[in-house]
Amino acid sequence: MSEALLRALKRISRVRGVRGSMWVSAEDGITVADLLMEGVRGRAIAALAASLARKVSGAAAATGSGKVRFVQLEAEEGTLLVAVAPGDLLIVALADRRVNVGLLRLEMMRAAEAAAA
Amino acid sequence: MTTSVVEPWAERPLVKYVEQAGARLVVVMTPAGQVLAQHGFTRAVDLMAAAALGAAIMASSGALAQQIGERPFGSLFHAGMRHGIHLAACSTPRGPLIVLTVFGKETSIGLVELFFEEFAAALQQAAPVTTVREPVLAGDFEADLNRSLTSLFRR
Repeated sequence: MSEALLRALKRISRVRGVRGSMWVSAEDGITVADLLMEGVRGRAIAALAASLARKVSGAAAATGSGKVRFVQLEAEEGTLLVAVAPGDLLIVALADRRVNVGLLRLEMMRAAEAAAA
Repeated sequence: MTTSVVEPWAERPLVKYVEQAGARLVVVMTPAGQVLAQHGFTRAVDLMAAAALGAAIMASSGALAQQIGERPFGSLFHAGMRHGIHLAACSTPRGPLIVLTVFGKETSIGLVELFFEEFAAALQQAAPVTTVREPVLAGDFEADLNRSLTSLFRR
């Protein structure tokens, strides 16, 4: 299982501009597996990404939008992407401004589908 | 929710920690179970019971770690159905302290651990250097306890 998780992270990390990717427990906000560049605060990102996903899910439920599949947070210096995977897992990627978001999103959704299989 | 302190230096770090981590209940205490600050408790009896149990858990888990030749555990986490309990020690110039945090589903253990690190650093910075404390005598214990309860619950 952990091999498959790491393989998915390697594919995500090959996308240009990605500074780190990780599998995070959605409920606990702790890292399950990660592949991070030096200086990236994995624990903080995991905790905050899970919190963000939970809050967005709450907002989506309140507005009757159904289940959240993907969250994208764009900031001045980079982008945080969160894909919801089965089994209480999140795939989180941190990227800089030059990242191709479409390609990264595709890789993350593929990883989420692979985790479901 | 109320925050109250016996030692004023602990108040600012505690208020920030509660806000950041989204904690429902927090007790900052010595390894002997003496409460220095608390958030969220409304009844003295609940606070004293939580402090005594928290201190006892840390003492027994420390003894268990020693038995198997390990250093004392850094932190303990209990995932309940509705609440999580995080229990961890930190060292300060005032001496070692134990922090018991109870949190609900609105936050997570990841966030609590993340902000606990900052809290421990803030406590370490804010704590006064300890002076040699007198041993607690049985005769003084009740008076000390009453003073602490009065500070914490203003009565």
